[in-house]
Amino acid sequence: MKLPTLREVATEAKLLLIGIPVFIWTMVPIYHMFLFAISPKEDAFSGKLWPDHPTLHNFSIVFNQQHYFLRDFYIQFWNSVVIAASVGALTLFIATAAAFSISRLKVPGGRVVMNLALFTYFIPAAFLAVPMYRTMGNYGLLNNHWSLILAMVTIASPYAIWVLKQASDKLPVELDEAAVMDGATTLQIFRLVYLPLMMPSLVAIGTYAVLLAWNEYLYAFLLLSNDREITLPVALGNFLAADDSPWELLMTTGFIYALPPAAIYYAFRRYMVGGLTAGAVKS
Amino acid sequence: MAITLFGDHAIASPPLSSRLTPAQIWGIVLLAPYFLVFLAFVVYPVCYGLWLARDPANYVALYNDPIFARAAVNTLIFLVIGINIKMLIALFLSGFFVQQRTWIKWLSVIFILPWAVPSIPTILSVRFMLNPEWGMVNHLIFSFTGDDGPNWLNDPTVALTMAIAVHIWKSLPFWTLILITGRLAISHDLFEAAEVDGASWWQKFRYITWPSMQTLYVTCTLLSMIWTLGDFNSVYLLTGGGPADLTHVLSTLGIRYLRLDQLSLAMASIVCAMPFVLPLVYFMMKRLSR
Repeated sequence: MKLPTLREVATEAKLLLIGIPVFIWTMVPIYHMFLFAISPKEDAFSGKLWPDHPTLHNFSIVFNQQHYFLRDFYIQFWNSVVIAASVGALTLFIATAAAFSISRLKVPGGRVVMNLALFTYFIPAAFLAVPMYRTMGNYGLLNNHWSLILAMVTIASPYAIWVLKQASDKLPVELDEAAVMDGATTLQIFRLVYLPLMMPSLVAIGTYAVLLAWNEYLYAFLLLSNDREITLPVALGNFLAADDSPWELLMTTGFIYALPPAAIYYAFRRYMVGGLTAGAVKS
Repeated sequence: MAITLFGDHAIASPPLSSRLTPAQIWGIVLLAPYFLVFLAFVVYPVCYGLWLARDPANYVALYNDPIFARAAVNTLIFLVIGINIKMLIALFLSGFFVQQRTWIKWLSVIFILPWAVPSIPTILSVRFMLNPEWGMVNHLIFSFTGDDGPNWLNDPTVALTMAIAVHIWKSLPFWTLILITGRLAISHDLFEAAEVDGASWWQKFRYITWPSMQTLYVTCTLLSMIWTLGDFNSVYLLTGGGPADLTHVLSTLGIRYLRLDQLSLAMASIVCAMPFVLPLVYFMMKRLSR
C-alpha cells in the first residue's frame, strides 16, 4: 500500500473540514431529542451532553400511558397510522387513474386538468389552510378524520399526478397498441399492462403521500381537536400548553413518532430519490 | 316542453356518448375523482376565501395592524436572505457530496435525516436547546466562557434568525439532493478536459459547473420561495410568532387571525401575498409544462 501524498492528505483534510460541521449541524437537534428521551428529568435539564444515568424509563412511561398528556397515546398513534395509510391509498388511486387518463388515454381536457393540478402544487400549503379550514366546517367534516384525509389528498395529488404522468409518458405507446390488437379492454390495459410497469413510481408516490400525511402538523392541528381524534403531532403540540411541560416525555414521544418515517424513508430510499427528485424540478 | 327541448337537442348533436370512443369515456371516468377533489377542496375554498376577503375594510385594517407590516417584512427577510443563504450552501454542499469517498456517501445518508423526519419533534428540540436557563446551547456557552448566553428567543431579531436557521436545517437536504442530480448530469469529459488544461477549482466551477446548473439553480430558488411562503412550522413551532408577535411571517399570521376568529383578515393577509406569489407560480408552470 502506498503512502498518501501530501496533496491527497490536504484534500482529505479540506473535505473533513466541511464534513464534520455538516455532520454536527445535521445531527444536533436529532441527538438532542434522543438525549432527552434517555435522560431522567434532572439530567435533561442540566445541559449535559450525555446523561449520568441513561434510562429507558421515559419510554416505559409513554408506552404505559402513565402521564396526563399520554392518556390517549395509542389511539393517537393509531389515528396517525390510519390517516397516513388512507392518504397513501387514496392519493395513489386518484393520481394513478388521472395520470393514466391524461398520459395514455389522452382524454380531452386532460392537459387543462394537469395544469390546474400543477397550479395547486404551487399554492403555499399554509395559505390554502385558511380557506380549507372553513370549507371543512361548511362540509361538516371538522373533527372528523375525513377532513384531514381529504385535505392531505388534495395536497399530495397534484405532485403525485405530475410525477406519475412524467413516468407514464416514458412508457412506449406500442405496448398499449399491442394490447389493443390482442383485444384488451381499457381497464385490462390499465390493470395488466400499465400498473405493473409503473410499480417503481407507484412505490415512490405512495411513500411520499404516506410520509406527507404522517408528518403533517398544521392541517392536523386546524382540522382535528378532540383528544381522541387528534394525531400524534397535534398531541405533541398540546404538550406545550402546560406551564411545566414534561419535556423529557415530549421528546420521547417525538422520538417514537419520528422513527417510522425515518425507517420508511430508508426502506424506500432507492425509489424515492430517483422518482421524486426527477419530478420536482425538470432539469 | 321538456320533450320538445330534448328532441331539439337530439337533432342538433348526437348524444355525447356516441361521439366519444370507449377509451375516452374511461379517460373521463378515471379523471373524475381528481377533478372532484379539485373542485371541492381547491376551487370552492379559494373562491369562498376570496369572497370572504372582498371587503376593502379588511385591507385598511391590515394596513393599520403593525403586526401585519412586521410579518410582511419578516417574510421578505426570510425569502431574500434565508433562501439565498440556503441555496448557496446547497450549491456548495452538492459539490462536496459528489466527491467519491465512502465516508461522504455515509454522510449523505445521514444528511437526509432532517428532511425525512417530522418537523414537530425536531423543531421543539431546537426550541428547548435555545432555552436561556435550561437549554444545551447556553450551558455550553457558560461552560466555555463563564458568561450567560443570550436569551435566544426573546429578542425578535435573534429569534427570526433562529427560525431561518431551522428552516435551512429542515430544507437544505432536499435542495442539495436536487443540485447533486444537476451536477451529476454534467458530462465528465468537460472536467477531464479542463483538468488537462490545468484549470483551477474556481475556473472549473465558473466555466463548466455554473453555466450547466444556472437554470436549475434559478428554478430551485423560485420554487423554494413559493414553498418557504408556505412554511408554517419553522416559525410557529420555534417562536410561536413571539416575542410580542414580532416574528410572524405571512403564513403564521394568517393562522393567527384564524385562531382569533378573524377569518376575513386571515384571508386578506393571504390575498396580499398574491401579487407576489402569482408571477412566481406562472413562471414555474411555464417552466415545468414546457
